[in-house]
Amino acid sequence: MELAWVLGTPLFGALVLAVLGARRSAAELNVVISLATLIAAAALVLRIIGQGSMTVAHEQFFVDPFNVFLIALTALIGFTTAVFSRPYMRIEQDHGRVNAHRLRLYHSMYQLFMAAMLVALSTNNMGLLWVAMEAATLSTVLLVSLYRTRASIEAAWKYFILCGVGIALALFGTILLYFAAERLLGGEGMRALLWTHLNAVKGQLDPTVIGLAFVFLLVGYGTKVGLAPLHNWLPDAHAEGPTPVSAVLSGLLLNVAMYAVVRCKILAVGAMHSALPGRMLMAFGLFSTGLAAFLLWRQRDIKRLFGYSSIEHMGIITFAFGMGGPLANFAALLHMTVHSLTKSAIFFAAGHASQIAGTQRIDGIRGLLAVNPTVGWGLMLGSLAILGTPPFGVFTSEYMVLITAMRDHPWATPFLLVALAVAFAAIFLKVQPMVFGETDARRLPHPPALVPVFVHLLIVLMLGLYIPPALAQWYRLAASLIG
Amino acid sequence: MMPPLNLVTQLLHVLAAGLLMISFSMLAQRRTRRLIVLLAWQGVVLTASTLLVAVTAHLQHLYYSAALTLIEKVWLMPWILLRLMRRLGIESDSDPLVNIPTLMLVGLGLVIFAFGLAQPISSLATTVTRQTLGIAMAVILLAFLMMIARHKAVTQVIGFLAMENGLFFAATSTTYGMPMVVELGIALDLLVGVFIFGIFFFQIREQFDSLDLHQLEALKED
Repeated sequence: MELAWVLGTPLFGALVLAVLGARRSAAELNVVISLATLIAAAALVLRIIGQGSMTVAHEQFFVDPFNVFLIALTALIGFTTAVFSRPYMRIEQDHGRVNAHRLRLYHSMYQLFMAAMLVALSTNNMGLLWVAMEAATLSTVLLVSLYRTRASIEAAWKYFILCGVGIALALFGTILLYFAAERLLGGEGMRALLWTHLNAVKGQLDPTVIGLAFVFLLVGYGTKVGLAPLHNWLPDAHAEGPTPVSAVLSGLLLNVAMYAVVRCKILAVGAMHSALPGRMLMAFGLFSTGLAAFLLWRQRDIKRLFGYSSIEHMGIITFAFGMGGPLANFAALLHMTVHSLTKSAIFFAAGHASQIAGTQRIDGIRGLLAVNPTVGWGLMLGSLAILGTPPFGVFTSEYMVLITAMRDHPWATPFLLVALAVAFAAIFLKVQPMVFGETDARRLPHPPALVPVFVHLLIVLMLGLYIPPALAQWYRLAASLIG
Repeated sequence: MMPPLNLVTQLLHVLAAGLLMISFSMLAQRRTRRLIVLLAWQGVVLTASTLLVAVTAHLQHLYYSAALTLIEKVWLMPWILLRLMRRLGIESDSDPLVNIPTLMLVGLGLVIFAFGLAQPISSLATTVTRQTLGIAMAVILLAFLMMIARHKAVTQVIGFLAMENGLFFAATSTTYGMPMVVELGIALDLLVGVFIFGIFFFQIREQFDSLDLHQLEALKED
């Protein structure tokens, strides 16, 4: 019942906003709908804590500790981003970058995107998962090209084609998975696509077919995670789309794609009885982290910079899931949480920073503290948090990943340490002059909504100092489910 | 093996071979308009093979699936694409930069690779169409090659749709098709995708005055 509300609210919201989205009050309506989704998600969490995992609607949907935590995170960031987007998009409208007609598209697609992600997270059907992932891409493509500039159209085209091809490969993987399972579970009903049933018989699935299926699924969904060398679309889409879209792409969509990869990995490990799937994740993760860390140096656009930082962090998460085991999975789940919160907070601050400066070029943004101290501090603290400075939560999770790597795979530790150090230097040296320094920029016409930035950073800070026992227990449960 | 089944298998093999031939002609076709016609022919072959499997295996959902293919892939998609081309005034467009002999040789290599990859899987399959999985994979890879080799927005989209045709064929040849709900979802996503592509054509044209993707190369690592 709660799940119906979680999925129904954004879907209904998309319809309502498709009609009313051009009005002045649409931004507030968007906030209200997102809040309703968040409340429904909170109710769902309480239900799962009380009753444990459940399947609904003829087993088409299921909720367990692993995905309920992502559903809650998605609803939360969906709400805070809606709060942030209200003044931000109004300023963009005053600057003449969007008109009321395009804001209608924006608001409606924003809710549709949330609905697609929530369906992808809660479905039990691997085919439906694919459909929802594709729907999430389709709903954001037109958002990336919302400004209709040359650069934004190019970014959206790249995003569409690359993710389209990627997701087509994932479909082939899904077909192979279905083929392997159909021989065991039969084609009647849809049991051969239901993850819970697949998970129950994973030990008997044919290892050759599943191995091949996993390669396609990993490459396919991995494109959406932004794993190198399939990451090309990510910095462009993050840089050229409106900032609220960058925030939800980075904070949420990458997580949802990661979730799909992990679900597939659980099946592949069970079927192949080998560490190969894990090793593949580790290799992709390590390569992405390293490559992104070095590419950070070359970035001149503030949103591209943090786009690359997302690739780096998704790499760390992929690496941690690849190592597997309770501690690494715990670290990966924690890192998913803190990365989403921190990165969306940074995008909020960076969005307002570039509105103040009138450019996204890093050397054009100077002296944020002088113009708007809250934006300046938001960007500074957010950057420190994402770089893994203690006592923020990112430090905790990165520390746990490193510890596990030293224990189980010592060869990987130097690569990780070098990548982290390089990323630290690159981002810090670029952010420092943006925050401090002289400027003649003027204040914004509408007061920016920076409460979300500090709420996110506060949660990240709290997770670094103290993880509530209930939450820790929850992470542990989810980590043991992943195996 | 029963004799009538044998005839069906042979017919299916003929259709599969036809699909591969169409893929190769798409690779060699420079004119965009003819490419769309070839895409529609791929749809015709897919419909025929799905229908044949449905009749042989007595599977209700494959009839719907064949009907869906006929409507979506033979009529709707090519119609939308042709209409778009007319409205954009690029009906007689062509891609002169393609090096066809090299493309053909690479394509041949891909077909061999696809058969090698499909071998372990088709030996496990129990469907009447199992031998055709290699062809399905070859069609996917050839479409992939076409997307890489072409530089016009419309031809890339046609490549994308051809790839989806290959995926659909793979699904019918290994498992008698995915469950209906999933197939409907895929069809819907694809249709929405084509609409968005259409919107894009206009956006690209408005900003760049051409649909040549060589111009979309400003966003590079710097």
